[in-house]
Amino acid sequence: MKRAQLVAGLVLVALIVITAVVSVFWTPFDPIRVVPSERLLPPGWPHVLGTDGFGIDILSRLMVGARTTLVVGIISVGLAVLIGVPLGMLAGQAGGWLDEVVMRAADVVYALPALLLAILLAAVFGASTVTAMVAIGVATIPAVARVARAGTKQVMAADFVLAARVAGTSRWGVAGRHVLPNIAPVIGVQASVGFALAILAEAALSYLGLGTPRPTPTWGNMLRDAQQYLFVMPIQTVWPGLAIALAVLGFNLLGDGLRDYLDPRLRELP
Amino acid sequence: MSLLVVRDLRVRFGRRRPAVDQVSFTIDGGERLGVIGESGSGKTVTALAVMGLLAENAVVSGSVELAGHAITALPERDMARLRGDLVTMVFQEPMTALDPTMPVGRQVAETLLLHADVERGSARARVIELLGEVGLSDPARVAAAFPHQLSGGQRQRAILAMALINAPQLVICDEPTTALDVTVQAQVLAKLDQALTASGAACLFISHDLAVVSQICDRVLVMLEGRIVERGTVAELFSAPQHPYTRGLVEAASLDRIEPGQRLPTVAGLLDAPAGES
Amino acid sequence: MDDLYRAEALSRRFSHGQRQVLAVDTVDLVVPRGGRLGIVGESGSGKSTLVRMLAALDRPTSGRIWFDQHEITGLRERDLGFLRASVQMVFQDPLSSLNPRMRVGDIITEPLRSRLVRRQLDDGISADRRLAEVLDAVGLPADSADRFPHEFSGGQRQRIAIARALAPRPEVLIADEPVSALDVSVRAQVLNLLADLARESGLTLIVVSHDLLVVRHLCDHLAVMKNGSIVESGPTAEVYADPQQDYTRALLAAVPRIQTHRSS
Repeated sequence: MKRAQLVAGLVLVALIVITAVVSVFWTPFDPIRVVPSERLLPPGWPHVLGTDGFGIDILSRLMVGARTTLVVGIISVGLAVLIGVPLGMLAGQAGGWLDEVVMRAADVVYALPALLLAILLAAVFGASTVTAMVAIGVATIPAVARVARAGTKQVMAADFVLAARVAGTSRWGVAGRHVLPNIAPVIGVQASVGFALAILAEAALSYLGLGTPRPTPTWGNMLRDAQQYLFVMPIQTVWPGLAIALAVLGFNLLGDGLRDYLDPRLRELP
Repeated sequence: MSLLVVRDLRVRFGRRRPAVDQVSFTIDGGERLGVIGESGSGKTVTALAVMGLLAENAVVSGSVELAGHAITALPERDMARLRGDLVTMVFQEPMTALDPTMPVGRQVAETLLLHADVERGSARARVIELLGEVGLSDPARVAAAFPHQLSGGQRQRAILAMALINAPQLVICDEPTTALDVTVQAQVLAKLDQALTASGAACLFISHDLAVVSQICDRVLVMLEGRIVERGTVAELFSAPQHPYTRGLVEAASLDRIEPGQRLPTVAGLLDAPAGES
Repeated sequence: MDDLYRAEALSRRFSHGQRQVLAVDTVDLVVPRGGRLGIVGESGSGKSTLVRMLAALDRPTSGRIWFDQHEITGLRERDLGFLRASVQMVFQDPLSSLNPRMRVGDIITEPLRSRLVRRQLDDGISADRRLAEVLDAVGLPADSADRFPHEFSGGQRQRIAIARALAPRPEVLIADEPVSALDVSVRAQVLNLLADLARESGLTLIVVSHDLLVVRHLCDHLAVMKNGSIVESGPTAEVYADPQQDYTRALLAAVPRIQTHRSS
């Protein structure tokens, strides 16, 4: 049952990754070029999912959108992990006032909605994929830092950390050799869940026009385009919506599956 | 007829070597039986089988009869009624056996209210009385305290009270003092002995320490790798152990009779078997 | 014999919010080079806190500690190399004291890879050779190095912890409840191993236990702790044969012995 969750998550994620990779080399039609004569075609052949208001093949745009989604997810979650994990480990290992300062700062960022941050960045630098990624990444830092800190605290309480200190291992050695490998699994789980949230956030930002602008296709701005024809051709909103839902489901399943798989307490008796 | 009859019990998990194999024994009313063995010898699995608490993936054959009820065939609903009423269990780790979010006295009272027909007010009085009986010096304060506010010894005594409150016919103790200091262990063992004598309950006492078992029980089973390798009274095992493993256990439990500086006798070979097997 | 460890008026206070606990209360202590000191007491008596301060894992609130004529109280971690190279520890629970994600070989050679410790050692020590030596010394097969801690039994894990402690050829071995988490049947082997090591390599041994018999078997000197203070101390044989304090007598009486017929 638990294994099934993990496998389902892996399959969905793999599907998205493969689609994104294929889109680099091949899409059925040009995902950018406007073809006025082929506007708003219903699903059929050769446009399997139909065309949008600019006469562009929807399947092609969906495929390229997967790429944008993945890139935004990887960069924003990567940013959050790169900054959040060291901060969390620092707080957990040092304790005392440093711990207080880092975690209160995390609370402040946590209270700040990603949306507000995105609007702020878009206002200053103009809306782009980069501002969306930074906004999502920064908003994800507190969650990652908290998980890293909790894991670090737990590891620091283990006797093998004392043994390492007796062995003359430096703080850096303890962090790299003992803390990091032991918290890596929980970070992986958190990153996977964060990825799902990042996909949702990216879609929301693009939908609001605060993320990747046209003509680069993203699932969010496709949803926005489709909205104009909601009463003419409602099926158009289904495709990007379905893609977003499946991607979010995939990463959530992967995260939950990983958590159960990695947590020995939840593992069934062999 | 005996209170507990275990016949040809065999428990296996998945495709591995059975955790318990060909285990048969009986306990009469009021009798105390010790089960000795090291971790992984199958002693805890045997106890869980008697309690009907084995994990779902356990494959059980043989029979366990408790006061005429065939435990192995009993539906969970009926088994739950027997548990706490007819048979109770004291676990090794006093911290995890208590709910951290509930005062200790209420947890003991819940057990009582679940099985006996008593008023809440008189239940409270009974709980405090029993907490005093297991040797807690300030029972009213302990009853109001949360588990983390108590010492290990106090917690284990509260668990003892919880196990005894419905006057069960059989009390199963799984390494009840292993997590405790020797001084606290001695006190808890003395209280357990007194309480069992007072209530006339039978006891299945599991430990890796022959010395501890000998303070509670008369008869002993020695388990090794899921099987019973030797059985007898404490006196018999102590004076003339037959199996080399039992001999090792007896000698290991007699640390006080060996002069410092002398090598302690060990049962080499049996003990350092690769861990992959277990 | 010269004094290897000396502690004067050592105290350690912990504060939990409003409440203050005096875990160690003005303890004086001397351990001669090659001596074998046992510290007994119940949990909460302060014995673990005391040895953690001796190993410079915790700092005293007041008082001073000298190791080999050097004062260690107040030293920074990076100046403690001489202590880290000469004082090693074995903990109670080998499951917690071994990193589950490291191979046994890496665990054992960890002290040899520390720059702090390496500066103090002869250049001649090769980690691989030393690994083979200590594995042999604690009676573990040579192929253990490539395996992970969970593949071993409790007794074997404690041997791994002892092997790690031996790797930098320490002068002092501090063992905090080294056999309390082990089955009685395995206990004897680990006790024999510790006794052999102390004898063969002239280790100075400091053993902490709640079990007086364990300490009696390993140590020539005994200190009994209660509520943070040493209430009785002296040569083990004397204290064991003729305890002066009620508390010591209670500790002694509490050790489980085989009863062949129940009193009741």
